[in-house]
Amino acid sequence: MTGSRTTRILGSTLLLGAVLLFFLAFVATEPDTRIDAASGDTIGQFDAVRLMYVHVPSAIVAYTAFFVTAVGSVMVLLRRSVWWDIVAGASAEIGTVAAALTLITGSIWAKPIWNTFWRWDDVRLMTTLVLFMLSLGYLAVRRLEGTAEGRAVRSAVVGLLLIVNVIVVNRSVEWWASETLHQQSTIADVEIEDLTLFTFMYSIFFGVALYVWMLIHRFRVGWLERQFERFGLDDALAARRAEADDHPTVDAAIDSSGGNS
Amino acid sequence: MTHVGYLIAGWGSVVTISFAYGVSVIVRGRKLAEKVPEDRRRWMTTKDATEIGVS
Amino acid sequence: MLRDVGLIANKDLRAELRSRVALNQIVPFALLILVLFGFALDADSTTLATFTPGLYWVAIVLSALLAVHRSVELEAGDGASDALLLTGVTPVAVFLGKALALLAELWLLAFFLLGGVLVLYQPPVADLPLLIATILVAVIGIAAAGTLYGALISGQRARETVLPILLLPVLAPVVIGASRAFADAMATVATNGWAWLALLGAFGGSYLVIGSYSYGLVLEDFS
Repeated sequence: MTGSRTTRILGSTLLLGAVLLFFLAFVATEPDTRIDAASGDTIGQFDAVRLMYVHVPSAIVAYTAFFVTAVGSVMVLLRRSVWWDIVAGASAEIGTVAAALTLITGSIWAKPIWNTFWRWDDVRLMTTLVLFMLSLGYLAVRRLEGTAEGRAVRSAVVGLLLIVNVIVVNRSVEWWASETLHQQSTIADVEIEDLTLFTFMYSIFFGVALYVWMLIHRFRVGWLERQFERFGLDDALAARRAEADDHPTVDAAIDSSGGNS
Repeated sequence: MTHVGYLIAGWGSVVTISFAYGVSVIVRGRKLAEKVPEDRRRWMTTKDATEIGVS
Repeated sequence: MLRDVGLIANKDLRAELRSRVALNQIVPFALLILVLFGFALDADSTTLATFTPGLYWVAIVLSALLAVHRSVELEAGDGASDALLLTGVTPVAVFLGKALALLAELWLLAFFLLGGVLVLYQPPVADLPLLIATILVAVIGIAAAGTLYGALISGQRARETVLPILLLPVLAPVVIGASRAFADAMATVATNGWAWLALLGAFGGSYLVIGSYSYGLVLEDFS
């Protein structure tokens, strides 16, 4: 069990919050339509804009999660903090899932809007893709063998470098894209009304709250893993002995029968 | 409503993957909790790092 | 310190010369990649010439994986890393020494492969100094990052499979930068290759510094 009173309250609030998000995203808000001044045609993203209410929070959660991993990595290197090591690992795992969701929802949105699933010249796409691949490497490092401390330090080095690498990739792709680009990436600028803006803000808030809830649970799993790794054998032995004490042992049984058999 | 297929695919994948991940974390936690005795489950309260196996 | 760096580099290079793995396996592997690209792209000489910069650097990065792996293996033999510790050299010297040895090997490989693409793909060469400078600078980043990430996976059972997923995304900026610089030197794209060279230099320099500082942390024996 990794639940507690806090996570249960947060979890049930999130369930209600998800219903509200669904209502805001699909019922309350209008599709994105505008009248083109020149031609008089109706343009915009229409209902595809509703994908943004899951895409943007995913992206924000992904980058927040790896920021937390970087902070945790620094704390591990400075203080050899076990707590932060578990936080860094937990956050990176959630961040990887969020990065994958960002890429998936982004591609699905891009197909009708940009008429392509993928664009090589968009800096955000490329950066997120490399972030996702680097995060897989980070998680692989966390699964390597070795002592708990060695693994914590190794992961911390990789976790910090992950952020450095993401920044370098972002800068170099930016430069590369600005050279090869045919036109600057045009995210059709959505005309933001009050309710749309509110839904955006709410979806981001919801995403971060969901991240926190998952982080708490995942942290506790990490904690249990660490405990099991360290004390698993001791605990199993202790449990065995306790069990043995409850029953007369073979020796005791022989003794009590007088040893005549 | 336009783009219904895209909306189902996008929202569907987010809901499915998040839910599956959440469930997997909770299941992992339950399985491990069975193997770890009660007194070692005091997360966030342990100050002493040596207590959880790192010096 | 410098002497230690030289000794470590010398040790790795001599072991490499003696085993001839680099010569007998890594160089042929790199050549094979070039040939495979030729097959895959239908032996269409215009296509091959146009895309030489990218194909060349993909071949380099893939072959570098093998070289990094070799460099890690050298320390994996019976207590080799313990013996290295007993000599009292600092982790910084070990890192720089191993990076230097890897650098020397990769430079040779890169120039050999440059000859390979010039013959097989026949791209136009507009700026030979830029081509040479790009190889000299870009490979520093590959060798430095390779040595650092190689140390991470030393002694691991799963090292063959973990190294690529760790190292390849990290080298993405090198592939971008070096391909652009090559594209300028081969006049296939209008860009400022020397500016990209600055990026490659910054990447290599950073990884030399980062690697020197974190090599000791990453190797469990040293910490």
